[in-house]
Amino acid sequence: MSPVTAGLVAQPVLAVVAVLAAVLPRPRVRSVAAGTAAAALGLSGVVTGLMALLGDRGRLQIPVSLPVQLPLDPLVLAPDRLGGVFMVVAGGVGALAAIYGIGYAHGPAASRTGWTAFVVFLLGMQMVPAAADSVSFLLAWEVMAVGSSVLLLADHTARPQVRSAAVWYAGMTHLSFVLLLAGFAVLASSAGGTSFADPAGTSSAATSTAFVLLVLGFGTKAGLVPMHVWLPRAHPEAPSHVSAAMSAAMVKMGVYGVLLVVVRLLPAGPRWWAVLLLVLGAASALFGILQASVTSDLKRLLAYSTTENVGLMVTAVAVAMLLRDAGQDQVADIAWVAALLLVVSHAAFKTSLFMGAGSVLHGTGERDLDRMGGLGRAMPTTSAVFAVAAVGAAALPVSSGFVAEWTLLQSLIHGDGQVDRLVAVALPVTVAVVALTAGLALLTFVKAYGIAFLARPRSDGAANAHEASVSMRAAMAAGAAGVIALGLAPGPVASALGAAVGAEGIGTVGLLGLDLPAADALLDPVALLLLAAAVAVPVGVVQARLARRRPRRDVDLAWGCGGVRLSPRMQYTATSYAEPLVRVFDDALQPSRDVTVGHAEESRYLVQRVEFHQQLVDVVEERAYTPVVATLERLGTIARRIQNGSIHRYLAFSFGALVVVLLAVTW
Amino acid sequence: MVTVELGFIVAAQVAVAVLLTPVLVGVMRQVRARMEGRVGAGVAQPWRDVRKLLRKEPMRAAGSGPLLSATPLVLVVSSLLVCALVPLVGTPTMRLVPDDLFVVVSVLLVGTVALALLGLESGTAFGGMGSSRHMTIAGLVEPTVLVAVYALSIPVGTSALSAIVAARIDDPASVVSPVSLLAIVALVLVVLAETGRLPVDNPATHLELTMVHEAMVLESAGRDLGWLELGSWLRLTALLGLVVNLLLPWGVATEATAFAVLVGTAAVTAKVLLAGALVAAAEVFLAKVRLFRVPELLAGSFVLAFLAVTASYLVA
Repeated sequence: MSPVTAGLVAQPVLAVVAVLAAVLPRPRVRSVAAGTAAAALGLSGVVTGLMALLGDRGRLQIPVSLPVQLPLDPLVLAPDRLGGVFMVVAGGVGALAAIYGIGYAHGPAASRTGWTAFVVFLLGMQMVPAAADSVSFLLAWEVMAVGSSVLLLADHTARPQVRSAAVWYAGMTHLSFVLLLAGFAVLASSAGGTSFADPAGTSSAATSTAFVLLVLGFGTKAGLVPMHVWLPRAHPEAPSHVSAAMSAAMVKMGVYGVLLVVVRLLPAGPRWWAVLLLVLGAASALFGILQASVTSDLKRLLAYSTTENVGLMVTAVAVAMLLRDAGQDQVADIAWVAALLLVVSHAAFKTSLFMGAGSVLHGTGERDLDRMGGLGRAMPTTSAVFAVAAVGAAALPVSSGFVAEWTLLQSLIHGDGQVDRLVAVALPVTVAVVALTAGLALLTFVKAYGIAFLARPRSDGAANAHEASVSMRAAMAAGAAGVIALGLAPGPVASALGAAVGAEGIGTVGLLGLDLPAADALLDPVALLLLAAAVAVPVGVVQARLARRRPRRDVDLAWGCGGVRLSPRMQYTATSYAEPLVRVFDDALQPSRDVTVGHAEESRYLVQRVEFHQQLVDVVEERAYTPVVATLERLGTIARRIQNGSIHRYLAFSFGALVVVLLAVTW
Repeated sequence: MVTVELGFIVAAQVAVAVLLTPVLVGVMRQVRARMEGRVGAGVAQPWRDVRKLLRKEPMRAAGSGPLLSATPLVLVVSSLLVCALVPLVGTPTMRLVPDDLFVVVSVLLVGTVALALLGLESGTAFGGMGSSRHMTIAGLVEPTVLVAVYALSIPVGTSALSAIVAARIDDPASVVSPVSLLAIVALVLVVLAETGRLPVDNPATHLELTMVHEAMVLESAGRDLGWLELGSWLRLTALLGLVVNLLLPWGVATEATAFAVLVGTAAVTAKVLLAGALVAAAEVFLAKVRLFRVPELLAGSFVLAFLAVTASYLVA
């Protein structure tokens, strides 16, 4: 038995063990037992995925026998290298979330149902990239969807918003499933089988239909605009370890699906496929980060940032397709690797960010940035982890995000536009989109970190914050270490990822640096750090000598234009921080503002009180979804008239139906 | 041996930048003072200011945190790293740390973020205000920077700055090509926005409500402020040096010999001081634009950069 096969067998076994650990022990030890077992399940996914990524071939075949007259193919699990990457991502994120959950889960999330659903969710996620035919793919996909839906509902008795979020999530996830089912059905009929190894037919109408259906289905799961509406609802309302797993791993399965389609199932598509993906990806990146930059709810901000990151991944995939189509394979290979680097990097920093947000919620009871502040002093570990992860999300050196975005930009500027008009237009626009996204991401994460962890507390909850428990801190620290490790050693990581998509010419150079000979570019973060250390030494020496001679002095007052303005309410909040941006992007965001000025009784020139309300709604949701939902509700109300509870009427319906059937049969 | 020589060039660049920076700021202030009919404080005044500030004790107001002393150092180190990377004196670079423009821009952004966090750390209204404005401008500048970089990289086929400058020395005609000029005009606007010069930010303002950069450093004193001043000025030197070397690449050392480095040092000193004097002279005639007009300015420069890219594909 090959290692991968053993891993594929081990995962369901470990899942059963984890479910038993969730069901049998007493409540006091349940979280420890189930969390540890779930972490073991995640680690088995990481090991299996790594084996598959390094080229080991394993296969697990489950025969299906149902008492029906249909020829059913057996379910086949056989992860290839690409699947291996995503199995590592799902397992790694799942293991961290499970360890974090030991300390974090409480109430319904720590119940038997809660932990069982978590294990089922994790197993589903790890099986999706292993599936080698569409039936087992869809089965694993549904297992994942069911597990996550149950987890999302955990707090529904405490907060009514959870129910609405769960309904949206269930609706969108089933929309995704229906689209995928239709897409795979078209594909299977054109290829003559459900296995991913069957070559797709050459009929362009059928493959294009399948492509559009599959991309929309996977895009819904991945949170691409305009199918992103469930993300900013579901992520904030789910328990934080679940949000981490959903955002950093489950959403990636949508990206895996897109890659599966364009790399493995339908590798030679027409050019407009790439353009469609590019438009979807660029729109998601821009819209996601713009919404994230003006949001004050920390977890909602992270959810929108996920839409942005997924948008960048899909953009990279689209650029790779476009360049492959234009015959520039070497540069296209860089874009493929960039897409996978974005996936891995996002998994690392978004897990850490959601776990950090969970610790803040746990320690202060606040999710609203406008009510945080000064948390760095009470929560030093959380603060450090969030800072590192935010550096990754803002793509600053030296972090995983920086490496990924650098690689994407290198692929963009080395596409030759002189041979191809479409490339000549698409690449500069994409560079601009990526750059604006990066710029706004910088603002978003400076805001998120600075407002939450620096300055003075803006509410009692923030003033009385406490640090997270040991298991939570351990999981967060591991996530942050991943962000830095991926940022310091891009060479080996990118070489392994390159093999997963068949990219050549990705090498390691110097001190674990990344070498792209096709772009005549190399990036060695360790060497860059060493150079920074070299110029930092003189500065440090001068600083140390000066500090010894003249120590720091504490004074009472900050500068307030000569007045005494000590109230923490004078500080900038997250809302005021983003205000200039809201003004600049007024047309795209369409904020509704309401300012009420209250005057003193003595004179209307004396202002006593100013009230300011600002509401930012998701424009896409308002324009595209609200009318549909309203129409459906209206139809539902009309349909209710058919049922008035009268038995006579129902008997009449049955009779009518019988007559119609008889007529139809005898026609 | 080669590594030693390259280390020599890098060290020379950092040393030149550190020594040249206060003089550059002094020249700019003096030119401005003379044109406005004032006597001015003399060219050496910024140097005396930094020396004085570094020797004074820093103060910490109640409510501000530990980043108050850490961020100035981060800013200085990131600025020094930019000076080490950008081809100011010479084009030879270390193999493992090429002066890739994307890397240079990200290292600059580290300093930008350090300043923004410093503004928030102080826990005052002004600090947050400055930080918010600063990050809004930085975020909107980004597309122009990267698209201008893209335009410059197309003829050379690499985003390494030294390669771009070296190609210009070999083929001086390429400097006045439409692509190059459009990209450089866009870059100049970016440099003005990034370094907080007019018309984006007024470095000489004393009114808190109009401040961007100054609002963030209001709470810093003593050696913290000294480092902050030095760090921001170093950014100005590095970016100005980059633009003049792209526009007038002559004199830049292409090999790591003592003579070439000497010539390169003299050339970059003269060019940067001249450019600084020109910027200062132009600033006399400029007013600061409203904050909400800045995006229009940046959009304009973005269009120039975008035209540069399309021109290089479709015209050349």
